[in-house]
Amino acid sequence: MSDAITALGHVQFDGFAKISEIGPVGMISLRAGPDIKGLAKAIKAVTGTAVPPLRQILVKGDHAAGWMSPDEYLLILPYADTDKALAVLAKALAGQHYLAVTVSDARSVFRIEGARADQVLAKLSPVDFARLGPNELRRTRTAQVAAAFWQDEAGYTLVCFRSVAGYVMGLLSHSALPGSEL
Amino acid sequence: MSTRLTTGGRLIDRTTAQDFSFNGTAMRGFSGDTLASALLANNQMLVGRSFKYHRPRGIVAAGVEEPNALVNLGAGNRAEPNQRATTTDLFDGLTARSQNHWPSLTYDIGVVNSLLARFLPAGFYYKTFIHPRAAWKHVFEPIIRKSAGLGPAPTLRDADRYEQAYAFCDVLVAGGGIAGLQAALVAATAGARVIVLEQTAHWGGRAPVDGDIINGMAASDWIDATISTLQAMDTVKLHIRTTAAGVYDHGYVLADERVADHTPGDGRPKHRLWRIRAGRIVTATGAIERPLSFAGNDIPGVMLAASVRDYVVNYGVSVGDRTVIVTNNDDAYRTAIALHRAGLSVPCIIDARANLTGALPAEARALGIRVEAGRAIAKVKGSQRVTAVSLCLQSGEGTVLEEISCDAVAMSGGWSPVVHLYSHCGGKLIWDAEHAHFRPDPARPPTGQDGAAMVIAVGAANGALSAAAALSDAAAGGAAAAQAMGFTAKSDAATADAVVDAPMEPVWIMPQGAAIGLRSKMWLDYQNDVKVSDVQLAAREGYVSVEHTKRYTTLGMATDQGKLSNINGLAVLANALNEDIPNVGTTTFRPPYSPVPLGALAGESRGDIFQPVRKTSLHDWHIANHAYFEPVGLWRRPYTFPRAGETHAQSVHREVINTRSKLGLLDASTLGKIIVKGPDAGKFLDMLYTGVFSSLPVGKCRYGLMCNENGFLSDDGVVARLAEDTWLCHTTSGGADRIHAHMEDWLQCEWWDWQVYVANVTEQLAQIAVVGPNARKVLEKLGGMDVSAQGLPFMGFADGTLAGFAVRAYRISFSGELSYEIAVAAGQGAALWQALHDAGAAFGAMPYGTEALHIMRAEKGFIMIGDETDGTVIPQDLNLSWAISRKKPDYLGKRGQERSFLANPARPKLAGFETLDGSVIPDGAYILAPGVNANGQRNTQGRLTSTYFSPTLSRGIAMGLIVGGLDRIGDVVDFNTVTGGSVRARVVDPVFVDKDGEKQNV
Repeated sequence: MSDAITALGHVQFDGFAKISEIGPVGMISLRAGPDIKGLAKAIKAVTGTAVPPLRQILVKGDHAAGWMSPDEYLLILPYADTDKALAVLAKALAGQHYLAVTVSDARSVFRIEGARADQVLAKLSPVDFARLGPNELRRTRTAQVAAAFWQDEAGYTLVCFRSVAGYVMGLLSHSALPGSEL
Repeated sequence: MSTRLTTGGRLIDRTTAQDFSFNGTAMRGFSGDTLASALLANNQMLVGRSFKYHRPRGIVAAGVEEPNALVNLGAGNRAEPNQRATTTDLFDGLTARSQNHWPSLTYDIGVVNSLLARFLPAGFYYKTFIHPRAAWKHVFEPIIRKSAGLGPAPTLRDADRYEQAYAFCDVLVAGGGIAGLQAALVAATAGARVIVLEQTAHWGGRAPVDGDIINGMAASDWIDATISTLQAMDTVKLHIRTTAAGVYDHGYVLADERVADHTPGDGRPKHRLWRIRAGRIVTATGAIERPLSFAGNDIPGVMLAASVRDYVVNYGVSVGDRTVIVTNNDDAYRTAIALHRAGLSVPCIIDARANLTGALPAEARALGIRVEAGRAIAKVKGSQRVTAVSLCLQSGEGTVLEEISCDAVAMSGGWSPVVHLYSHCGGKLIWDAEHAHFRPDPARPPTGQDGAAMVIAVGAANGALSAAAALSDAAAGGAAAAQAMGFTAKSDAATADAVVDAPMEPVWIMPQGAAIGLRSKMWLDYQNDVKVSDVQLAAREGYVSVEHTKRYTTLGMATDQGKLSNINGLAVLANALNEDIPNVGTTTFRPPYSPVPLGALAGESRGDIFQPVRKTSLHDWHIANHAYFEPVGLWRRPYTFPRAGETHAQSVHREVINTRSKLGLLDASTLGKIIVKGPDAGKFLDMLYTGVFSSLPVGKCRYGLMCNENGFLSDDGVVARLAEDTWLCHTTSGGADRIHAHMEDWLQCEWWDWQVYVANVTEQLAQIAVVGPNARKVLEKLGGMDVSAQGLPFMGFADGTLAGFAVRAYRISFSGELSYEIAVAAGQGAALWQALHDAGAAFGAMPYGTEALHIMRAEKGFIMIGDETDGTVIPQDLNLSWAISRKKPDYLGKRGQERSFLANPARPKLAGFETLDGSVIPDGAYILAPGVNANGQRNTQGRLTSTYFSPTLSRGIAMGLIVGGLDRIGDVVDFNTVTGGSVRARVVDPVFVDKDGEKQNV
């Protein structure tokens, strides 16, 4: 087994905001109804967080749990821990109707950092950044492809599909070109 | 002549000269000039030629309404046709060329059209070139297009970049004049998030030029103070050089920001298209002055009165030494007074009104300016420049009373509110008889999702033409907008010293009884050469609707979209029809208000990020190994890997032979992979596929077909049962997202009570097909799991490790060879691929692409979705009945397939074809049948679906649908070819190679 590599090999771009590909990040897509028995415990066991409420992401260190839809959650954890986490979920949710799959390699993850990081995304996503909540997980699009992002003190973490990582990096870099500040 | 005055010009910086060129002539302007003001400062009044008659055209206006001063701006990869000089900020090094003339602007051969004007009336082209029909397209249209072109399209790739941006606000204010600023101030003070857009480079609109006094201070001081206040508010965004181009449903506004038009090459985006979602839209777009229709009103030197004033006050430019004013309202007197103050001569003010009682005429008279009441211009003299005007009675027929020499004419026919944005989403207008204009009807606004007014017009755009009225109207409108968004607003308005203009008097033709000779020299639309006589002719010929008249005469169809001509034109039409103007109505206002460059609409979507290109984790290897790619959906897949000196046909041939004889490696990562899990998953798959999957044992694979509810074949692929309650469905490369959505659709909308979850894991896994007689050997060399015939039998799969990689190995074959598909986490894909090549070198490993894949599947008679299917084909047509369960009570498509037409045994069915001469049948060929149909077309009995040269058989092979299907085996049929003639082929079994499957089953 060789080390997992990201789609773009941690490429970076320094514009009026700093764009970097990060990862690989461990991700599990968990399909489950919010009311199934053991869900809160299962998510807590994997991410250390509560069940994320509507459109929110709860972050705890390098773990997080995000609300993706009324019956889908995104669990974020260290890349190497996904198999272990799947076993934890299987145990905690035994007998319940759910689906948990590792999607770490299906995704690419970017950081957009700097005082004007929101402007990079405001050129690509129809998102009202003034109204974006501190724990909000925004599922949206960047130009022509699906994406999701959330913010922290230093900037934004953006997740997209791996196959379009190059396209998204191109978009982010173009949007962050110096001189095009909004 | 027009020239720069020694003083004045509030927008220019005389210390910063800027050099530019027009038609190759070096000229000089100042920072702050527009191209138009700089041209006038250099005595360049003549700027172009009209569209139809090639009449000389001068600058008419000072803003976005300009119909004439369109230039080719820049050159090479920064060439832009049809740029309005009046809205182009001057910059050092600007180059401009005039348009639509040959050989030169001054001597234009097309002017012969003008001499023939009486033979080129409205509808001339329609009437003249209607017969013979075919000649229009091939003869007349190309010639007319050549003679009537505007600027040429750029031939080089645009050097600049563009972008888009999204913005959100409670109140969007379109227009940064005093009304817009007042409305913004009220709304922002109430707490609303406000965006203010101003199309020019300056705030405040006309007020500083008109000399308004606001809150006791000069208008420019009030504007500066208000801008400072707004800038200090976090909730307010101010954008100059940004035009609100269109208003769309749900408060959506497109605005074009000219970021770097005036600083080309500084690295900033040239334009930025703002996509704004606003709670309420306040249009403070002002009003546009109307021309007057008198003979010769298109001769260079005839300008709008307020624009003449703009040039003097804003740019210190005089358009002429002696300027005659002609008007039907008081506002034009401000121009006379401004010119007089600048030391210029105003020989006469010609006022169509008989009684002049207002304060402004009195002021003009007091300055010693001659004022003639009840008079009109009979005719303007001059060709490339005004030389004189002749006076007549407005109430008469044009008998000349006197001639006054002059070199400019400033005309004002009243003011029309800019109602475009209000109208884009269905806002209605009412006719204001007092000002003789259409203005927004507050009772019938465009409405939003709450049924309330989405757009509120204020100020001059709402018919409130004086500063005092505009400010109070704007404060009320701004407050209404904020209140509609839930804020408590106070409509405190600034006060302006009221200057009462006396009533204007509508004048649509000057003089009112002008004979045809004069009327056919009265221009309505300067750019498209539509005259008063043309509209009257259209009315006589039966055109009643203003929309039809517009298209027949081309009134208002030029690049300025009739900003000057529409109201005058429809008033002339109304008079000709003996109708009231409101009964004739306006044409439809559609976005954009002013042209938006295609580059701005495309935004960032060009070059590498024109569209998303999906890449597998092996993509970089493919590039490094000279893959020739083909698009598969948004994926790029290697078509073949040509070696030096090989044609694609040769490399594909090599790849097929090598795979069948040794070892081929294929990047199959694009295959869709969808996990289906839950207590009802088996039931779900039995409904989705035509076959039975609930009975598939864990660890086994089965080929399946998916149909839509009409019965037509939609997708296919191998399904693996991973666990008691979990299946993995492979889809076609192009079908992954579609089938995932199809599954969710049925689960969410129809079978919402079934306990099934699906997840699309296509991109989680790289998948590599290891194909050929040496396939097992290479896997055994990598080692780690049992891949023997017994350990991993055909149509089985197993989880394990290969060379340390955690993999899932499927024993499936799309080529007919011994074949494995190895799935591994995408991040490991490239490493496993390299390991396979390294270990496979000893076994003759070579990569192969999609074309070799296609050929090998065709040699085996396997169908391909999209080749053998086209949305009209059912599985039974393809002899796939074996994959359809007869035991199941239902599946998607079953009922459809039972319909008489689809159950008809006469439907064409799949068969193979071998040409008698070994050649390859051209793609898209039909199978010919005797005779012709009712339309005289050759009868057919089927069609070709796949055709290849088979390297394995060294001959052309094909599959196709033919009436009779496999019953026709042995028949010889003819295929047509695109180039004529036909190809003879024998109907054969579509499995050309290894019919018994011995090679894949070892």
